[in-house]
Amino acid sequence: MIGEALSYPFFQRALAAGLLAAVACGIVGTLVVVRRIASISGGLSHSAFGGVGLGYLLGFEPMLGALGFGVLSALGIGVAELRLRQGMDTLIAMVWAIGMALGILFVSLAPGQAPDLLGYLFGNILLVSPGYIGLVAVLDLVIVGTVVVLFQRLRAVAFDEEFAWVIGVPVGALFLLLLTLVALTVVVLIRVVGVILVIALLTIPAAVARHWTDRLSRMMALAVLTGAVSIAAGLFFTFGLSSEFGIDLPTGPSIILLAAVAYGVSAVARSLTGRLRGS
Amino acid sequence: MSAKGSPAIEMRGVDVRFGETDALEAINLTIEQGDYLGIIGPNAGGKTTLLKVMLGLIEPDRGEVRVFGRPPREARGMIGYVPQYARFDTDFPISVAETVGMGRLGRRTRRTSSTRDRELVRQALDTVELSNVADVRVGRLSGGQLQRALIARALAAEPRVLLLDEPTASLDTHIGRSVYGLLDRLSDEIPIVLVSHDIGVISRSVRTIACLNVRLHYHHSRELTPEMVEAAYGCPVDLVAHGVPHRVFESHGDEA
Repeated sequence: MIGEALSYPFFQRALAAGLLAAVACGIVGTLVVVRRIASISGGLSHSAFGGVGLGYLLGFEPMLGALGFGVLSALGIGVAELRLRQGMDTLIAMVWAIGMALGILFVSLAPGQAPDLLGYLFGNILLVSPGYIGLVAVLDLVIVGTVVVLFQRLRAVAFDEEFAWVIGVPVGALFLLLLTLVALTVVVLIRVVGVILVIALLTIPAAVARHWTDRLSRMMALAVLTGAVSIAAGLFFTFGLSSEFGIDLPTGPSIILLAAVAYGVSAVARSLTGRLRGS
Repeated sequence: MSAKGSPAIEMRGVDVRFGETDALEAINLTIEQGDYLGIIGPNAGGKTTLLKVMLGLIEPDRGEVRVFGRPPREARGMIGYVPQYARFDTDFPISVAETVGMGRLGRRTRRTSSTRDRELVRQALDTVELSNVADVRVGRLSGGQLQRALIARALAAEPRVLLLDEPTASLDTHIGRSVYGLLDRLSDEIPIVLVSHDIGVISRSVRTIACLNVRLHYHHSRELTPEMVEAAYGCPVDLVAHGVPHRVFESHGDEA
């Protein structure tokens, strides 16, 4: 079954895209989880849907619209938090719903039926193009490069923002940078699991990784691995069900549920091995 | 690098208001080389606010603050800061040594000498006797260990002035004494300001004492006049009952 799956070009592309996406989601997801702003990924993905709708309405590539809306929302949240001292959770909730509302309005105004709308909501990794794989690869390079160079500073800001500021670290700029990285990652992941499920792919792998290490760098590596296994397993699982039993399940939700199973297994295994935190 | 003559910290006519409440009023204070100042005052008397104004974390509503002759924002990295509370997430995946290493991040030269950075972190951990837990997650430390880690973090920055907020609040007596011994030695090299609500602890160590309760009462001496205490706390008898060494009082004769 595995060999058969790998013989299809569409499956090869989906697997390559999924594994590359796991790199971005593991690294950025770890930063988001340790900073306890996991819901930002949900907020930004839903705001990106506004851009998808605008793309349909005005006739340009919806993913470009998603990218624009995602990055602008990230910067908007960041600036409002830094300048207005508006609470992060409130900003996220607003961006979340406003993006969705705009997306639905734009789509309803667009002429004709919006094709592939469900693909944006729940993912359509089986339909990715070679160009998309290239895009994810470039994004991975940007993220890995940024995090390698700024690792200690990003960690310092996530851990103790006040002291980082006092010591002279450019806290505001790094915060905006982190939010931008989250936006880029989220937009890329929309292809894999869709707007609605992105939040799980940024949080579950990092949470699983946290079970097994107290070091941020190892947590990133383990989160990448967990994400990659979940995405690959989801792809093979749905392909197998379809080819063996004729049952067609959507890939995005399957990936999320498999990651959730991984979390459950990891949590049980960790408590059994006595690695409970604080012990 | 800054002008040699500039005092470490200079505050002139500083007011801070939180809404309708005055947190600090008409603060004039100069901290110079050789100073080791203890500031006492009641809770909510503005002690932490005063330190945060020096650090640039809080902008005063009125008045001027200079750190080595510059506005606090431009002097970031020159002040070593030991906060009262660790407000961070105790579950955060970061070790003690990595936390202390944060003290090195202010240097603009990013990667010139990471060996020197490591050496300074090691020294700072040695100084506060935490080398044996260098690789432990910082959230696992006891209250006293954590406070020493925060002191080490401030020292690793090679600060030119040190501000400490209730540094021995959760230390047992033995460790508390060793922290004050350390501050004694450090005070020969850099000016130190330390705030506490506990006069007994502070008076054993510092060179001069001030009282802060929105307004600052400071006469550049080790003596704590009953008037100062009364102005700050409004209840001197209560303080004596807490076991303040009597020598810190100039006189006791005029207690009505």
